[in-house]
Amino acid sequence: MTREELRAIFIEEIGNIAPEADTASLAGNEDLREALDMDSMDIFNLVVAISQRLKIDIPDADVPQLVTLDSGIAYLVDHGA
Amino acid sequence: MGDFTMPSLGADMAAGTLVEWLKRPGEKVHRGDIVAVVETEKGAIEIEIFEDGTLEKLIVQPGTKVPVGTVLATVSGGAVSAVRPAPPPVAKPVAAAPPIVRPEPAAPIQPGVRASPAARRLAQERGVDLAALSGSGPQGAIVEVDVLAAASARPAPIAKPREAVPDMAPMRRAIAAAMARAKREIPHYYLQHSIDLGAAQAWLEGYNAGKPAAERLLPGALLVKAVALALRDYPEFNGFFGPEGFAPSAAIHAGIAIAIRGGGLAAPAIHNTADLPLADLMDRMRDLVTRVRRGGFRSSEIRDPTVTVSSLGERGVDMLLPVIYPPQVAIVGFGTPSLRPWIVDGRIEPRLIVMATLGADHRVSDGHRGALFLRAIANLLQSPEMLE
Repeated sequence: MTREELRAIFIEEIGNIAPEADTASLAGNEDLREALDMDSMDIFNLVVAISQRLKIDIPDADVPQLVTLDSGIAYLVDHGA
Repeated sequence: MGDFTMPSLGADMAAGTLVEWLKRPGEKVHRGDIVAVVETEKGAIEIEIFEDGTLEKLIVQPGTKVPVGTVLATVSGGAVSAVRPAPPPVAKPVAAAPPIVRPEPAAPIQPGVRASPAARRLAQERGVDLAALSGSGPQGAIVEVDVLAAASARPAPIAKPREAVPDMAPMRRAIAAAMARAKREIPHYYLQHSIDLGAAQAWLEGYNAGKPAAERLLPGALLVKAVALALRDYPEFNGFFGPEGFAPSAAIHAGIAIAIRGGGLAAPAIHNTADLPLADLMDRMRDLVTRVRRGGFRSSEIRDPTVTVSSLGERGVDMLLPVIYPPQVAIVGFGTPSLRPWIVDGRIEPRLIVMATLGADHRVSDGHRGALFLRAIANLLQSPEMLE
């Protein structure tokens, strides 16, 4: 899957959890929690959605890598998504 | 023959607007079925029915605002109606009823009215009719951008006079009414206690290791379970204060304070919290947070909390001094857990500490019992395997 495809999936799943989110103006290195006011339950739901959709395991310890678009996409690429 | 009435979903609620019927006249209904959707200050609420029977006649039309207690529909009793055939389609009640196109019972709110709380707020501010919009959010939910698009497609509204009273969003008014009543009527006392989460954190890491993401737990689930279990031994913190004084509740339904992005707060119940295995409790918490933030929780969830738990989560501050939701008599707060220097076996160690607070009603309990209650919560969190 290309980075662009992964980015689209990432943004779509953010939108499912935070429908109000202005994902269009989200910078790649912005912390989702700060930029979109997502809490730990939102991040939990995001990790569940992405891991199920891309069929990859995301251990708890790796969750901090999914709190920005750039690091999240890099993580998914590294883990064969 | 029974009546299905506009429920009171909070001490401050005077009226609600019927948005949609989810059952048709003649349809059998069972206790707990979602029969209608009502718009209140708290957003769209799915209203459940509390008896078995057959829905006879829909009296109130969608779009109508009626006072609490107004009969919305008549329901015939279960024993008779269970064997009585549904009225033929030409019967008067059907002719008088609004057309209902979706056949599935207890389906979620139709796309036309599913809207996030922020979208509802914006729609009200801009005078946009939600029913006329189609949503672009999850499951067709109307979100802010949809309302903005609709609002910008029309001429700008006439500016309000400067001296006009600020238009507080309905949810803000509901919170204001409940909290003003709490501060006016409830003689609060507060206690705080630092709780070492080291054991709970270690147990959680072990529990989550190797599990698929969907089956893991967040620390918040442990906190809620600990409060619910401790309440079994401290009934004076679980129940309602009414005109007759305090009525303890046999059931423990913890209301979970959930912040809504963009402002606002709701604290709907997770029913029978103490009886739920942790995994189930976590699922319920996820479901509840999702539904509150999208708009769409149920009447029983609003009406039933017997106590409230308010947890600041990971981006908060050390401590909160929570205000009780009337007619409840207690609220437990958790600040943001953080590593602190702690004395363990005579040595200083970094430990994950959470500041727990209790706001309780002095008409019902005193600080001594409150302190024992907070200590009981702390003790349960030292033996996390007992929470599972």
